[in-house]
Amino acid sequence: MNKQRTHQRKDTAFRYLALACTGLGLLVLALLLYDIFARGSGRLSWDFITHLPSRFPEKAGILTALAGMVSVMVLTMIFAFPVGIATGIYLEEYGTRNRFARILEINIANLAGVPSIIYGILGLEIFVRFCRLGNSILAGALTLALLILPVIVVSTREAIRAVPRSFREGSLAMGATQWQTIWNVVLPSAFGGIITGLILAISRAIGETAPLIVVGALVYVPFIPEGPLDQFTVLPVQIFNWISRPQAGFATNAAAAIIVLLTFTFVLNGIAVYLRHKWYKKVKH
Amino acid sequence: MNRLLTWFEHIFSDKAMMQERIIKLFLMLCSLLTVLVTLGIIAVLAVDTFRFFQVVSIIDFFTDTQWTPLFEDKHFGILPLLTGTLLTSFIAIIIAVPMGLTIAVYLNEYAPKQFTRVIKPLLEILAAIPTVVYGFFALLVVTPLLQKIIPGLGGFNALSAGLVMGIMIMPYITSLSEDALRAVPGSLREAAYGMGSTRLQTAFRVMIPAASSGIMVSVILAISRAIGETMIVAIAAGQQARLTLNPASSVETITTYIVQVSMGDVPRDSIEYKSIFAAGMALFVFTFILNNISFWIKRRIGNKYE
Repeated sequence: MNKQRTHQRKDTAFRYLALACTGLGLLVLALLLYDIFARGSGRLSWDFITHLPSRFPEKAGILTALAGMVSVMVLTMIFAFPVGIATGIYLEEYGTRNRFARILEINIANLAGVPSIIYGILGLEIFVRFCRLGNSILAGALTLALLILPVIVVSTREAIRAVPRSFREGSLAMGATQWQTIWNVVLPSAFGGIITGLILAISRAIGETAPLIVVGALVYVPFIPEGPLDQFTVLPVQIFNWISRPQAGFATNAAAAIIVLLTFTFVLNGIAVYLRHKWYKKVKH
Repeated sequence: MNRLLTWFEHIFSDKAMMQERIIKLFLMLCSLLTVLVTLGIIAVLAVDTFRFFQVVSIIDFFTDTQWTPLFEDKHFGILPLLTGTLLTSFIAIIIAVPMGLTIAVYLNEYAPKQFTRVIKPLLEILAAIPTVVYGFFALLVVTPLLQKIIPGLGGFNALSAGLVMGIMIMPYITSLSEDALRAVPGSLREAAYGMGSTRLQTAFRVMIPAASSGIMVSVILAISRAIGETMIVAIAAGQQARLTLNPASSVETITTYIVQVSMGDVPRDSIEYKSIFAAGMALFVFTFILNNISFWIKRRIGNKYE
């Protein structure tokens, strides 16, 4: 009887411990967001968004970093989305049984685990030096495209796998070819899931800092890039640069820039969560 | 050759068939690109690492206790970078694994469904925040807090970076371990309850052992992430390579060194420039081994209950 009570006490103790762990995680999240808002929200203004960088913290703005970020993201999407989706389709619909597909699968799992800074080194040697693209938007975008490729492949595969087998069989039985089945039946059904994966991938790319530093995203760009071969900086690199400076004014700038960056990340993630929720409901019915 | 000819005849004989083949070929070429990326990474790292070792002795690389490529008196001993990397990762893991696993067990075995549905997405926000933001948080919030508890703690230290990295990695462990726990058949849990076990006993003596391979995978992947993490340590742990295991000390990790060289004006063909490839190779080999151990576990023992 006594033993049972100790067991029950342990059980309750674990519950409190687990709640404490959960609470600590959420507390850190709250503290992080609070601190950034407390420091940065006062600095946030239309001027801050539309000004060029400056040596003086109170004059500096994030216009070039924002412009660089948008250009890099657009190009990254153009490169990574088609290739990632195509690879996902191939692995899920064509090559699930052969040896080549198995090698591809292990390879993609490995790529997903390669630290992002290694992609930076790859981009530096292949795109910046070998292809002579220099420290350009194009080189940065190609590097990020390779980085998010495995993420897109994995999410595309999951979305396609969720399409019931009977859909494909119905289409094939009507005399459609394999590609017609994929294009007209599988992809429309998997669309929501694929889009969710793409949004999450781009949200990850937006926050990446290290690989772009390695391919040479500059810390000081006094102009708005006009073409894909121009030099550039992006918001996270600008933030890193401001954090590294001793003057307190730059820490305030960094906090304000982080608010802008987090807005992008949270909006994208929010859209992804919403779409996934909607899509799952549809698939289930 | 003959086979190739018949293949061509075959695919050109029928328009629909040709279209099918071309599309399949295109999809295959796209997926081939992912293999090229891997080969590219290995080739790029190998070539410059080889050039690096033509200048620096491989024995010095593994035994010298100093890493000072950017100083006048150059030493190329990877040990200080390795200890820096392992120290920050170790701190992160001893925070992330117990916390992440406890939360996973709680969400799976104790919590009401409604609670899980609210808490899980909130915790996943932690995984979505860019690492440069965590770096800011570690340097400007956590370090000053720690300085109040530990007097004399420097502005850059392994402890603060490691702790924040642990919080960042925790949701991965929670999410992967929870998947593993959920894959365990409910009948095992019911059997344990039937024998009169408490929930705690069920969780730790039945569910966790049954899900152990999935949990191991989550821990290994978390270690691999911690080793490859860059911005938090580059911002908050300092940029001085030091052979120490003291968490209060400032340390430099492999990833930080690569960032440090990339930020500076290092001539393209200098030994400093080549040294980032040797450092990158060490990092790549480390994470590659860890990732493949996790795949191996998943394949060999993983699908016991799936």
